[in-house]
Amino acid sequence: MTQPEQAAVAPPRVQRATLPSRVGLVGGLAVVAVLALGPLWALDSVLRTLISVFTLLALAQMWNLLAGYAGLVSIGQQAYVGLGAYGLVFLADTVGLPLLAAVLVAGVVGTLVAVPTALLAFRLRGGYFAIGTWVIAEVYRLVIANASQLGGGSGLTLRAASAYDRTARLYLTYELALAVGTGAVAGSYLLLRRRLGLALTAIRDGEQSAQSLGVHVYRTKFLVYLVAAFGCSLAGAVIYLHLLRVQPEAAFSVNWTAFMIFIVVIGGVGTIEGPIIGTIVFFVLQETLAGYGAWYLVLLGAVAVLVTVAARRGLWGLVADRTGWSLFPVQRRLEET
Amino acid sequence: VTWVNVVVQGLLLGGLYALFATGLSLMFGVMRLVNLAHGDLSILAAFLALVIVDAVPVNPLWTLLVVAPLMGAVGYLLQRGLLNFTLRGTDPLPPVLVTFGLSIILQNLLLELFSADSQGLDAGRIENASVRLSDRLAVGWFPLLTLVVAVGVLVGLQLLLRRTRLGRAFRATSDDPEAARLVGLDHRHVFAMATAIALATVAVAGIFLGVRTTFAPSIGPTRLIFAFEAVIIGGLGSIWGTLAGGLVLGVAQTLGAQLSPGWGVLAGHLVFLAVLAFRPTGLLGRTVPA
Repeated sequence: MTQPEQAAVAPPRVQRATLPSRVGLVGGLAVVAVLALGPLWALDSVLRTLISVFTLLALAQMWNLLAGYAGLVSIGQQAYVGLGAYGLVFLADTVGLPLLAAVLVAGVVGTLVAVPTALLAFRLRGGYFAIGTWVIAEVYRLVIANASQLGGGSGLTLRAASAYDRTARLYLTYELALAVGTGAVAGSYLLLRRRLGLALTAIRDGEQSAQSLGVHVYRTKFLVYLVAAFGCSLAGAVIYLHLLRVQPEAAFSVNWTAFMIFIVVIGGVGTIEGPIIGTIVFFVLQETLAGYGAWYLVLLGAVAVLVTVAARRGLWGLVADRTGWSLFPVQRRLEET
Repeated sequence: VTWVNVVVQGLLLGGLYALFATGLSLMFGVMRLVNLAHGDLSILAAFLALVIVDAVPVNPLWTLLVVAPLMGAVGYLLQRGLLNFTLRGTDPLPPVLVTFGLSIILQNLLLELFSADSQGLDAGRIENASVRLSDRLAVGWFPLLTLVVAVGVLVGLQLLLRRTRLGRAFRATSDDPEAARLVGLDHRHVFAMATAIALATVAVAGIFLGVRTTFAPSIGPTRLIFAFEAVIIGGLGSIWGTLAGGLVLGVAQTLGAQLSPGWGVLAGHLVFLAVLAFRPTGLLGRTVPA
């Protein structure tokens, strides 16, 4: 005897939020609100540390979007940190834009440079894509180091900053850093909840089958690359609005990307929570091991290698596996009604 | 300026780059693994030679007899103990992350052990001796030796790939790892042998670099980048392409540096980008790496 199935089973509902995600959203908004009032309650030294935390979080989140979701393992994101930094100084001092506008336009400049960069780098795959992006970042560094108008190898100082009062500039930089950090998290989340997120998941699970289902693989990856370039350029501009002095060696240093990689890998690649946790762990380690010189990089490298081999999904992966939590649900779950 | 001289010096420099590129090319060819710690491993070899020379007064070129097998052993263990675990599955992320992590570890370990100072390996008279071919053109014996050794290593590798059981195993695993496993090849061992041979060539490259110029813990990544450019310019999967790529890169760099001292490395990068834009398979490349 057969049961009429339609009567027995109601159509499943697509569930896009979870209890932890609702709690997390409210909690997250509260945390951001408290942080936004930072100048009222925090010491200047704390604000300075938080500027580094927020900008590194933004960089890490962008690298996560590239590598964790689009499979683009770039070792050249320092190109955009450097371009954002030089863009800011050039636009503020030479063109004469106000600081805020200079930061935003620097982000746009980085994104425009990303177009030819991607056209070239996308001809390479996997590990060769990684080194290729690195070489292109080196090209930008060498071009700027050879441009005497941009200070050559010795770099430039952001003169426009001297028009601002020290405290006012610190607060402005702090709020911008917070905006870039939360913007990177919220932006990635909203982007991944859209069709783009579905397309990326399909590509991750099988590039050819995704293509055959009508996903524009190249175009999707290209778009993610541009978004990451924009985010990293903005973060670079804010970092150097804080540091004031920009030099090609430091601004285009591969260490920027190394930090992004360590944060994302340790926190959990391919999750939005991962880079947040990774950034916190990274800063705690950095502060604890500050007296040990280069040993802390040896340790970070070793942890990243171990995590990659033994716990692929990082710290957040361990948490999520045990609890099933998802603070930023980008997947669609089917729920029986 | 005699341009002939510049080009000849560039070709000789290119010999060193080809030597660096060989190991990278071999590892990619056999197991599609791009070793981002490649450059740092060559610097490790140079430092190993330095340690030996400090302890025993021998010409650094003789240390190759110890350092090359030692690096080969390191390569075998590295592949079996770590890198093989990154190659399970099709995810491109683990190999890149692990070798990049290794690169950072090696760089900073060398920095802690040997400081950031530049070091050199003193090979004695051969370093500065040169043969005068005309009144405007002189060729250094040591750069010439480097080029000859590079060609020798590439010819040796070619013979190994074409004529030996191990070479056949390399080619079989490269073509189809599944099928190779079915006929009884242990891919873990085959991969480890490829890395062992690659790192032995890396040791040769590192020691020749150390004799030719000074080196420091921080210069590994630049060596990786030059090796990579030589591979891409020459074309993936072609041994003679690797040599050609190294030579083209060397000539581009010396010509660029002749125009303006800051442009040498940049000129090399631009040639690489031009090849990528207009001839992505490289000068002598086949589409399918062998």
